Amino acid sequence: MNTAIYWIAILVSGALFGFGLAFSTMLQPEVVLSFLRFEDFGLFLVLGGATGLTMVFYQLAPGILKKPLLVEKFSSKPPEGLKKTLVGAAIFGIGWGLCGVCPGPAIAGIGAGNWPVMYALIAMFAGAYVQGRWFSGN
Amino acid sequence: MELLESLFPAGMEHYIIGGLFIGAGVSFLYVVTGLVGGMSSLYSAAWSYCSSIAFFQKESHVKSRNWRLVYAAGLILGAFIWLTFSGSQMPITNVSTEQLLLGGFIAGFGARYGNGCTSGHGICGMASLSVPSILAVVVFLGAGMATAQLVASLG
Repeated sequence: MNTAIYWIAILVSGALFGFGLAFSTMLQPEVVLSFLRFEDFGLFLVLGGATGLTMVFYQLAPGILKKPLLVEKFSSKPPEGLKKTLVGAAIFGIGWGLCGVCPGPAIAGIGAGNWPVMYALIAMFAGAYVQGRWFSGN
Repeated sequence: MELLESLFPAGMEHYIIGGLFIGAGVSFLYVVTGLVGGMSSLYSAAWSYCSSIAFFQKESHVKSRNWRLVYAAGLILGAFIWLTFSGSQMPITNVSTEQLLLGGFIAGFGARYGNGCTSGHGICGMASLSVPSILAVVVFLGAGMATAQLVASLG
């Protein structure tokens, strides 16, 4: 699938995502850290709004549309072992709690000019490399 | 009302609207292309461009790297559009370089080890009603809260 409209649709999806991250102040690590310290629970509203809307489409689209508008079938996230998922989530949470940056905002931060967040972005790529190189378990 | 103000001292509207934009992006991606749009997989898939290591060269990484890169470019574009048209200033973070580097490294490692982050398990996984993802969200919220509060108490 290499039509221009396919790639434009992906770009537009990402742009909506990035705009939402910026609009909701999630590109500011201070706001994320204030959530984790129970000072401002706004992140629950962001996550709830995003998940709630997505849930409607994830649950209903396959039944109504049968197939996506531009391709033949809907993808799904491949299942992973529960233990590995939860250990990884705990490690991720520790790093997130240290810096207040998640993988999405680390990327979108570039577009909003929050330059120091690029340290976290580069470090995330390094962490992913170490995971894949030495801890991917295959 | 006082309770709401104490829970959300910066207001609620921008959080809800921003969240709906994020959800609209993930939903649009799914309806049009059938793709599940978490962000953290890019951090592994992008290494396939320049590393010959078997893990990075596996099919799921090589096949998804191009769309994930375009999706990431969209994230940057969307944030840039917000910066250009909202008239807002982006407050430059005061979080220390050491915290950003160490926290970023640990978060990058953990997100890939656990195959998902705030968007992958959080938005996409919970929207799919995936039990492992819902549990992952509980775990990373707990770990994140404990860590952030420990760091704050250490000053």
